[in-house]
Amino acid sequence: MDFTEQSFFETNPQAGSVGQPLDRVDGRAKVTGQARYSAEFNNLPGLCHAVLRTSDVAKGRIQSIDASMALKQPGVLAVLTHQNLPKLAKTPNDPEGKKAIGAPMGFMPLTSDVVHYAGQPVALVVADTLERAQHAAALLKIQVTAEAPIASYEDKKAQLFDPEKVQDGKTKARTVRGNPQQAFAAAPVQLTHTYDHAINHHNPMEPGATTAHWEAPDRLTVYDATQGVTRTQKALSTMLGLSAEQVRVVTKYLGGGFGCKGSSWPHTVLTVQAARAVGRPVKLALTRPQMFTSMGHREDQTQTLKLGATRDGKLTALIHEKTSTTSPWDNYAEPNSKIINILYECPNFEATYQLARANVMTSTFTRAPGEAPGSFALECSMDDLAYQLGLDPLEIRLRNYAEKDPSTGQAWSSKSLKQCYQRGAELFGWSKRNPKAGQTRDGRLLVGWGMATASYPVHNNQGTARVRLYADGHALVQTGATDLGTGTYTVMTQVAADSLWIAPDKVRFELGDTKLPTAPNSGGSVAAGTVSSSIYMAAQDVWQKLIKVAVLDKKSPLYRAKAADVEVKQGRLQLKSNPQKGESYADLMKRAEMSDVEGNGQGRYGSGYEDAQAAANADPTKKDEAGNHSMHSFGAHFCEVKVDPDLGTVRVTRWVSVHGAGRILNAKTARSQIIGGSIFGIGSALMETTVRDPNYARYTNASLADYHIPVNADIPDMTVEFIDEKDPYINAMGVKGIGEISMVGVAAAVANAVFHATGKRIRSLPITPDKVLATKPMQV
Amino acid sequence: MNNFSYTQASTAKEATGIRKDQPAAAYIAGGTTLLDLMKANLEEHPQLVDINMLPFKGIEQTKDGLRIGAMERMSDVGEHPLVKEQFPAVSESLLLAASPQLRNMASIGGNILQRTRCGYFRDAAFPCNKRVPGSGCPALQGDNHNLAILGTSESCIATAYPGDLSVALAALDAVLTLENAKGKQRRVPVTEFYLLPGNTPQKETVLEPGELIVSVLIPATAHARRSTYLKVRERASYAYALASAAVGLEVQGGTIRSARVALGGVGTTPWRSPEAEKALVGQPATEATFRAAAAAALRGAQPREHNGFKVELAQNTLVQALLKVA
Repeated sequence: MDFTEQSFFETNPQAGSVGQPLDRVDGRAKVTGQARYSAEFNNLPGLCHAVLRTSDVAKGRIQSIDASMALKQPGVLAVLTHQNLPKLAKTPNDPEGKKAIGAPMGFMPLTSDVVHYAGQPVALVVADTLERAQHAAALLKIQVTAEAPIASYEDKKAQLFDPEKVQDGKTKARTVRGNPQQAFAAAPVQLTHTYDHAINHHNPMEPGATTAHWEAPDRLTVYDATQGVTRTQKALSTMLGLSAEQVRVVTKYLGGGFGCKGSSWPHTVLTVQAARAVGRPVKLALTRPQMFTSMGHREDQTQTLKLGATRDGKLTALIHEKTSTTSPWDNYAEPNSKIINILYECPNFEATYQLARANVMTSTFTRAPGEAPGSFALECSMDDLAYQLGLDPLEIRLRNYAEKDPSTGQAWSSKSLKQCYQRGAELFGWSKRNPKAGQTRDGRLLVGWGMATASYPVHNNQGTARVRLYADGHALVQTGATDLGTGTYTVMTQVAADSLWIAPDKVRFELGDTKLPTAPNSGGSVAAGTVSSSIYMAAQDVWQKLIKVAVLDKKSPLYRAKAADVEVKQGRLQLKSNPQKGESYADLMKRAEMSDVEGNGQGRYGSGYEDAQAAANADPTKKDEAGNHSMHSFGAHFCEVKVDPDLGTVRVTRWVSVHGAGRILNAKTARSQIIGGSIFGIGSALMETTVRDPNYARYTNASLADYHIPVNADIPDMTVEFIDEKDPYINAMGVKGIGEISMVGVAAAVANAVFHATGKRIRSLPITPDKVLATKPMQV
Repeated sequence: MNNFSYTQASTAKEATGIRKDQPAAAYIAGGTTLLDLMKANLEEHPQLVDINMLPFKGIEQTKDGLRIGAMERMSDVGEHPLVKEQFPAVSESLLLAASPQLRNMASIGGNILQRTRCGYFRDAAFPCNKRVPGSGCPALQGDNHNLAILGTSESCIATAYPGDLSVALAALDAVLTLENAKGKQRRVPVTEFYLLPGNTPQKETVLEPGELIVSVLIPATAHARRSTYLKVRERASYAYALASAAVGLEVQGGTIRSARVALGGVGTTPWRSPEAEKALVGQPATEATFRAAAAAALRGAQPREHNGFKVELAQNTLVQALLKVA
């Protein structure tokens, strides 16, 4: 099928609801408490509760676990430790096992007596009530021989090493394009700066939570807070030695994820093992402190960026080095350099990654993994370059505008960045900017304006969906996707409605269950494009099946027409050449005594930039053409801050984000998602930091009182717009996804605004009052 | 959290009587801090004595000032017209604290007794001299970014009182009325209520076992009327102070007649500064005077690796607060 011609915006230009700000279809269920999250399946027969006991120390060996007191408590059913937990069929403790499971961490707690990190689960207590389980867990006496841990790459005991690959083997640890060292040495303008990024935690409102129910010895149902039911199904079935079909994973609603629910972490399989041990359904919800040591984090890291440029501001070299902390087993680092490689025209590029092992769990993707910290370094240095050359920060970006992907030389599938700059500047009033830093005041407060570019790739992915259209004009639409809370239920309802020419309230859309057609993880901004395209393609399958029935039906006006000559408009099957000749699907189905017709579809996402071969899953007839394109979303943020020069406090007072991200499926949920991502970024810019004690390698602020995320009072009114963008290559719906890009560049926009306000260049996140006070203004 | 029994007391005598029989019992009012501590296994109490029915209520004008019952809620006191009019610093300190939900629950007595946010105290996995005397203080060589620079010892550098209200109360010479098991009452100024950590950081106040806070009396003065509370924190709301200042001034003809200064977020206790007050009284109400007072207030500061910024921040906070009421 030629998906350029068949793409949604060509075939269905009168789309009734796609793009409209339809209210959330799941809104009522959520505000009335009808929506059930993974820890809310409380009516399972004999449901009991599990509580994790975690390690106080970060390194050592468990000498003994005395459970006698705990086991004496009323209602306590089991205390599970490495000593009595039945062995898993496969663990991630070796690379082969890790790969087979798809585990985010090459270590499974409770498989030995070794303690590798503070907060590592060392026991699981199961009781008939939550309170009894909590109490019994506190009564366990655990003797550990503690050793001095390594806390981070900054630890004097830490040994830096050069890995071959990072990010679980997905990213090469060294990339060179052109002749960067020579080009930098020869550059008339040279900037070398170091950027630090604090540890960040995802902290979704809903913690990690699992309810496990063995319905039979070979039939398991797991309600799990996961961004991907299929990935969790694979992990669990592999570890348990079951076939995938024997494990059902359900996630009807998710209270946020931001990446921490993108993989199956140890607590999920431990809950399943606990349920098997006690022969009853078991529920486990991580506590907030446990959320800091159970589902990964954004690693502590430092980046050095060398930027070479001509006197008129054209980049000639970019050299990026990242050093970060990883766990004792895995070589994980988020790939910061990728955005640095593609954002601006620059002929010479180099990126290297260094790691140090420490007594921490493995870090994991956190919203805009790599792009968020990478863009912080690049976009602050671009700002420096602009000031140094006396150019407007927007102008320096236009001078280095990449008309094609600098990393591959490929044409962009679509790119609306210039329009994003222009519209953003217009909405913000950027032209009125005072070119000098530290010159604008509002009373005592210093006022600053900053901007930054955003970009995020369209990752390679595919998924499937099933559409059943009933003769009465209702439809059941199903796919095993996950709604993180961002609006998947709503936008997919809209896509189904328009694809089937029915009203959204006639669509029943179901997701979040491995019984449904397989969909990808909701992560990396792949869900919107892949799932919408799957549904669109499944609807086309429905129409093709009906057309076949019509052309074979003697009573149909379309009898003996060629199927290829028939089209569907407004739910009517008609001849392309003579639209008068045709009939409605309802008439056809009634006459044919069909109660319903079912279609299946596969949505193919375009290629991610990490795979230059591209389009492995794209339509074969268009594979080469699609594969020759680099696929990205782009955007721009504009930020105003007010800084108290005496107290060092920074408040964001105005915000404008404009993005070009392909088709926008719902104006309201999309705007909300960009606002959410921007706030996420403002949090990382101004306040979010998890502090790991340098001697104990244990966090000192593992709570939402002490780990600060923005509150309403920190956030101003935000302006969000989208550029109308039609991309014929990425997928049938032309959707790029917006969950990740919303955060990229945000921290840099804030830091650049702080610089404009104060003349202080703060290259360490978060920008807290202590750093504002301690930093001296730069001489520009 | 351990199992505990719960008893509701209707009189002070009943409440203190239970505590006398069961010394490990704890009083509970709003519960906003006690339950957190119990859930984190930082405090264990076999019994909780609910004192919400005790008649420690009322916000009343007396001939000397204002009397506030210890069972009044933070939100009610903070919003009270008499408090706003006569003691703006007290009202502001209450309304800048916590969140509306917490302020609606938390009592004045409980606020005065809230415990430190030091991360090492709040996590039983760490040693902590305040929690387990003699076990050590990891904060000295660890994360001390938001810990104290005044009144510290080698045993403890926690801001033992992390809140706001007592800073305003310390500045404005408030006096607490306490009642013991014998029904005997005594009065203790807020400035003498909190103890420096020294070698006994586990002992935080002069409250005797079982003794209850009955009320707070704040004297009505000219400087109280002209007072304010300035709080600096890492986000705009729902955060503890990095530094705060409660100040009151009486200014006549440009000259400071009387001054009250206390700092929060920088001392191990709500930090009244007689040094700053001395530098203010009799001087012109100018920024230069305020800078000199701020320098005097922080003269004895002993910063650690991560909290050196508090010296400058506390000085600037104090100056800004004084400028506001000058």
